[in-house]
Amino acid sequence: MGYEAVVIGTSTGGMNALKKILIQLPHDFPMPIMIVQHLSPHSDNYLVKYLENLCRISVVEAEEKEKAAAGVAYIAPPNYHLMVDHEGCLQLSIDEKVNYARPAIDVLFETAADVYKDRLIGVLLTGANSDGSKGMCRIKEKGGVTIVQDPETAEADAMPRAALKAAVMDYRLSLDEIGKKIIELAGEGNVK
Amino acid sequence: MKQDYYTFHDMDDEEIEIRLLLEAIRLKYGYDFSGYSKVHIKRRILRRLSLSDYKSVLDMLPQVLRDRAFFESLLTEFSINVTEMFRDPSFYKAFRRDVVPVLKTYPFIRIWHAGCSTGEEVYSMAILLKEEGLYDRAQIYATDFNETVLQKAKEGIYPIHTVKDYTHNYQLAGGEASFADYYLADYDSVILDQSLRKRIIFADHNLVTDGVFGEMNVVICRNVLIYFGKELQNRVIGLFYDSLCHGGFLCLGSKESLKFTSRAEHFQSFAENEKIFRKRFGV
Repeated sequence: MGYEAVVIGTSTGGMNALKKILIQLPHDFPMPIMIVQHLSPHSDNYLVKYLENLCRISVVEAEEKEKAAAGVAYIAPPNYHLMVDHEGCLQLSIDEKVNYARPAIDVLFETAADVYKDRLIGVLLTGANSDGSKGMCRIKEKGGVTIVQDPETAEADAMPRAALKAAVMDYRLSLDEIGKKIIELAGEGNVK
Repeated sequence: MKQDYYTFHDMDDEEIEIRLLLEAIRLKYGYDFSGYSKVHIKRRILRRLSLSDYKSVLDMLPQVLRDRAFFESLLTEFSINVTEMFRDPSFYKAFRRDVVPVLKTYPFIRIWHAGCSTGEEVYSMAILLKEEGLYDRAQIYATDFNETVLQKAKEGIYPIHTVKDYTHNYQLAGGEASFADYYLADYDSVILDQSLRKRIIFADHNLVTDGVFGEMNVVICRNVLIYFGKELQNRVIGLFYDSLCHGGFLCLGSKESLKFTSRAEHFQSFAENEKIFRKRFGV
């Protein structure tokens, strides 16, 4: 059985890192991509517009109860946690901050790990805090594949380092390699 | 037994334990959380578990059954307690600009604030109506299923450290006076002006099991529906539809929509960005 979803978490330096990865993906990329980028609670949807203009896949702000579709990247809105349920529908929440963040990477990763189990690809990128480590461990525990940006190549290395310290990750790669690896994994088992 | 999307092999122990716990709560205390979003309820239960000494949801079950106070602490976890005065200031600004002129044409205004939690947003509306000269002909029904938060709402006393943010929100929301006019500082707390409570009735109401509030001009229910599963969402929006008079306003949270519900065509968008809808005439 192939992979069914990709989750990506990032903070400081994330806009550039997301661009470098998402720009590589073909318009018919066979899975949904759910993204948490730490944002100020009052920010507008500039990030969504910026990425949507550059990428071949479609990039949108995640909407409540929307079914996650292949070839679409969903970005958590500012001041809401993003989660996914057992039917593959997106859910938002205003629950308390986790790791001082809302949206928090751990919240998305943990719920996605529970839903997709070994059919999930988790990607943790540049960031200046340690959000996402618990979520990556959860993905690993459930049999999913974990990819961490090589801290040496990250604009802010604290987040990838924290994850590498928390558990043994499957891949430690540069941004260019991460894009290629995601495409490669997406191809495995999805070839009809 | 009704089959849902859990297939037999797909349900791990934790999910089984959560279902047992929710069923025990329903049988013992009469609160039914089966229609809530499963991913939400799971996170809340696991959060409560992490604050306790119990190792699993199953370990927690006996105390939930035998200790009402413990159950009530769990209940508080289940309700939405993240709120602030003038939360999403742009909503209040739009309400003032677009909805108030319509309300001004009515002799009497009835507002139902469903899921009012600890009351911050109810008092915000009271302040807005007061500044618009509408408060004396308004009646606000503020409801929640949780007695503990309702009690706090009735008191209208909030921690003083929140005032700075609330003052900022108030200004962004188009407040016309000084926010300090509406409270008294008392050590670590602020006590809201008692006159703001004059036209508010706080009442126990559970959206899952209770019925309509008739002939409302406005229903406010912000950031509550996101915690419900689709079926329950549809029921509750139906409840709001039946509670509203024709042309009545439905105000949802800024990331909530009617788009994925069965009632989308029964409302028209009124202030789209702020999720203010209007009940359609003659559907």
